[in-house]
Formats: sequence, structure tokens, C-alpha cells
Amino acid sequence: MSSHALATGDLLVILRHAPHGSSWLREGLDAALVAAAFGQSVTLLFQSDGVLALARGQQAGPLGQKSTAPTLDMLAMYDIESLFFVEDALASFGLTQQDLQLSASGIPVTAIPELLAGHKQILTF
Amino acid sequence: MRYALLVQGAPYSSQASHSALRFASALLARGHRLECVFFYHEGVYNAARLAAPPQDEPHLHDAWCALNAEHGTQLQVCIAAALRRGMLDEREASRHGKHGHSVEPPFELTGLGQLIDLGQSVDRLVTFAP
Repeated sequence: MSSHALATGDLLVILRHAPHGSSWLREGLDAALVAAAFGQSVTLLFQSDGVLALARGQQAGPLGQKSTAPTLDMLAMYDIESLFFVEDALASFGLTQQDLQLSASGIPVTAIPELLAGHKQILTF
Repeated sequence: MRYALLVQGAPYSSQASHSALRFASALLARGHRLECVFFYHEGVYNAARLAAPPQDEPHLHDAWCALNAEHGTQLQVCIAAALRRGMLDEREASRHGKHGHSVEPPFELTGLGQLIDLGQSVDRLVTFAP
């Protein structure tokens, strides 16, 4: 592992799905919160459609599904502060860092292997 | 090596369960140990005790039960993911005032913390998802 690794930790949770269309994001965030509650150091990577989860102003909407925005706000309380998104994915939706609800670091696709290598375990949702 | 599997695909809807079962038999054939299969997301439907697939298709529920009977593999189902999808064992069914139950041993409803524990206690945790 290189000494200037992007981030290291016990668990990397990769979130690849947008909120609302499926329960992937919600159940992935749940896994991250439980791991953190168990004392693991957790990093989140928002990839492809998953970057939409970071967009500001998400609400429950007419279908009555729970909004994931309050869960994102809880991350800091669980000491999950290492948040990354794939730059190209964010740009592909016409979003910039200013549109995000939380402060997260943009990384190029080529940096993903380094992130994977820096964690003991990876869960993909 | 000591393995655990995480299954997140619904049976017959995605390939995840089929692949996980094939991977399980391959690793057991090589002399490894399969400690546990953890079912999360739509994978919880693998625990449906009333599953009745056509006779010329693999019976996934029975295949999981056979893993438990022959190799002592634990079959753990995330309780939060299960309850909201109508997958209840006898105790949860009575607690929620439901007639009948959809999950029975060897499948057991358990917390997501078990998945995190597994990740730390086994040598390899392998995910099968759609």
C-alpha cells in the first residue's frame, strides 16, 4: 500500500445507485452505519448513478419513500467522514461540487484501485 | 480457508443465488469451509419457505437447506430487509399479529451487525449481487 494512499480503513462501501428508484442506496447506507456503530472505520465511494445521492435538496417525494438525505446527515455522527465520488460521474449529470449536500472529495476513475487496496473489506451496493 | 457469502439477488429473478450456490459447492469441493451465507437486500427472498419452483428448475431454497444440513453452513437473513418484504419467522409473525410465517429454520433472522462481524471473522467474504 502506498504511503500517500487516498484513504485507508476497515470497510469501503461502494454506492452505485440513485436514491428512490431502488432500495440499494438505503440498504447500503444502513450497512455503512451499522459497521461504524461496530467501531469500524468506514469510507464511502459514490460511483456512477450513486453520485446523485449527494445532490442537495433530496426529499421524500410523492411515492412516500423515505428520503436518504437525513441518513446522509447522520454520517458525521457515526464518524463516517471519508466520502469520495467519481468526478466523471458527477459531471455526467451536469452537477458540480457546489450542488452537493455534503463535502466529499472528487477522484478520477483511475484512483479507484488505490481506494480499494486501502481497505480490508469492500461491500458493493 | 474460511468463507462467507453475501447474497443480494432475489431467487429466479437474478443469477446471484445460482452463482453463489455453484461457488459454494466449488469451494467446499476444494476442502475450504463455508461458515455462513448472509442474505441481504432482495436476497432475503431466498429464505421463502413456500417457494415452489417447477420441477425441472433448481430448487434454490432446498439447495440452501442442504448446505446447512451437509456442511453446517449458517443461513442468516437480515431482519430489517426481511420484515419490510414480508419475510417473517414464527416469532416475528406473532409479534406483528400475522397469520402464518414465511421463514423457518435453518434460516434465521438476524441483525446487519452479523454481516459486519462475518467480514472480520472469516478469511473471505464474497458478494453475489445482480
